[in-house]
Amino acid sequence: MKITGKVWKYGDDVNTDVIFPGKYTYTVSERSEMGQYALEDLDPEFTKNAKPGDIIVAGKNWGCGSSREQAVTCLKVRGIGAIIAKGFARIYYRNALNEGLPIIVAPDAVDAIEPNDEITIDFDKGEIITPKGTFSFPPFPEFVRGLIEDGGLIPHVRKSLGLE
Amino acid sequence: MGKTFAEKVLGKAAGEDVKTGQVVTVEPHFCMSHDNAAPISKIFKKIGVEKVWNPDHIVFILDHAVPAPTDKHAENHKIIREFVKEQGIKHFYDVNSKGGVCHQIMCQEGYALPGLVMVGSDSHTCTYGAYGAFSTGIGRSEMAATWATGKIWFRVPESMKITVKGSFKKGVSAKDLILKIIGDIKADGADYMSVEFHGPAISQMSLAERMTLCNMGIEMGAKNAVCPPDEKVLDAIKDNAKTDKWEAIWADDDAVYAKELEYNLGELEPGVAKPHTVDNYAPVNEVAGTPIHQAFLGSCTNARIEDLREAAKILKGKEVAVRTIVIPASWKVYRQAMEEGLLNIFLDAGCIINNPGCGPCMGNHEGILAPGETCISTANRNFKGRMGNKESFIYLASPMTVAASAVKGAIADPREVL
Repeated sequence: MKITGKVWKYGDDVNTDVIFPGKYTYTVSERSEMGQYALEDLDPEFTKNAKPGDIIVAGKNWGCGSSREQAVTCLKVRGIGAIIAKGFARIYYRNALNEGLPIIVAPDAVDAIEPNDEITIDFDKGEIITPKGTFSFPPFPEFVRGLIEDGGLIPHVRKSLGLE
Repeated sequence: MGKTFAEKVLGKAAGEDVKTGQVVTVEPHFCMSHDNAAPISKIFKKIGVEKVWNPDHIVFILDHAVPAPTDKHAENHKIIREFVKEQGIKHFYDVNSKGGVCHQIMCQEGYALPGLVMVGSDSHTCTYGAYGAFSTGIGRSEMAATWATGKIWFRVPESMKITVKGSFKKGVSAKDLILKIIGDIKADGADYMSVEFHGPAISQMSLAERMTLCNMGIEMGAKNAVCPPDEKVLDAIKDNAKTDKWEAIWADDDAVYAKELEYNLGELEPGVAKPHTVDNYAPVNEVAGTPIHQAFLGSCTNARIEDLREAAKILKGKEVAVRTIVIPASWKVYRQAMEEGLLNIFLDAGCIINNPGCGPCMGNHEGILAPGETCISTANRNFKGRMGNKESFIYLASPMTVAASAVKGAIADPREVL
């Protein structure tokens, strides 16, 4: 799989509250409604203008804070292609795998990528192609690969229970 | 070579000898969900199994917005009540005087037990480490899958050892210690690690103080946080443990750690986390005099009877200068505060007292801030927009610092009024 998209770039420690504000956690319950609030308290420009296929590039500890999965879902339903960061908070990392949102840890690539760059991610080769060069990223550990191949945790569980 | 707490507890749950880095699949003993049990139940139905793997391992506690402030919240609660009935879930805390903040109930009512593996669909599930449990927060899909299968995978995390010595000086508390630690190692300082609190000062601490420490483990990125299951823990659980499957498990003396830190309580002073990150630490005297509009004494971090007593000591006979919201962590704590006369002290001082629950902590209701307003809070997060408005400011502090600030109408050093 290969994706190409425009970059929205952010700094370190972006927390789940600014990705999907807590005040919406029980008033916005449909997945399809969540995308319109994505990054509302971080970057109103993104909330207004992000397009399907765009890629988020961030510093360390993206998604720290709450366990709210809506902080992944809102980006997934918005059509965000992937998140590349220097690191992810652990619960967010698991939530992203479980939702089937591709996330990549690639510190060198993050430093090289500028806001609004157009970049390509080649998942099969494990490469990020940027205007400043190509960077490689390690494949997912084997135990999560099956999860991703099945398209997230819920389809994975349905498959493992013989329901698919 | 000795083993860490994480290696021992996950090894026991997996039924094999495990090492850091190894991936194990285990059956969690208790799975806690709060108001988000409703959306999780919808995901569960998508999986396509009729019944949860074992209803006796599932605990629901309504706390995030109780009683329901909007029709959406009310509908959410209704879905949970119907699911409870349909699945035969006995461990259910509805909107009544048996309940309170979920993490308080889990500890107070004998679910948090030494050596158990526990998960919760809330990041502050790490609180149960105060009782010696391995407990961690997970997302909605993962909780739904765990209800269906009774299984969850963990990679045995690296461990960090924090040794604490000495004793608190007047006006300094466990909250000041954990804010200082997070300020030192930052929001990702313990990312994906099991944080173990060791040392004579931890043994001296009450379970309430240990809960404050473990509760904020997630604010430095920890997978879980844990204190030794000592006599205080065993004494607390002897009459109300919800299962006999627990076992006092602790790290070996020669366990290997990825990182080791040491703190001396005697060197600590009251501190705050400044807006808008929990690791934005400052000693209180650096920000003293900052005007505030609201004070909040509540949340899963600091609303136990011990916290209320510390605040009441400062508020007794005084009057608050700003609106001050007190929310005891549970109805049991509320009743005890009433019997000890603390509620009268708060009311005499001009505070308001709300029903136990999360209150304004994550911006649902009962104390949302206006643009430009500043709140000093005993909760665990001060992220932009956390209390409902992104143009407002939150300082995190101890119950004593919050009480002293409420009286002054500006951030104040509690040592000046004690």
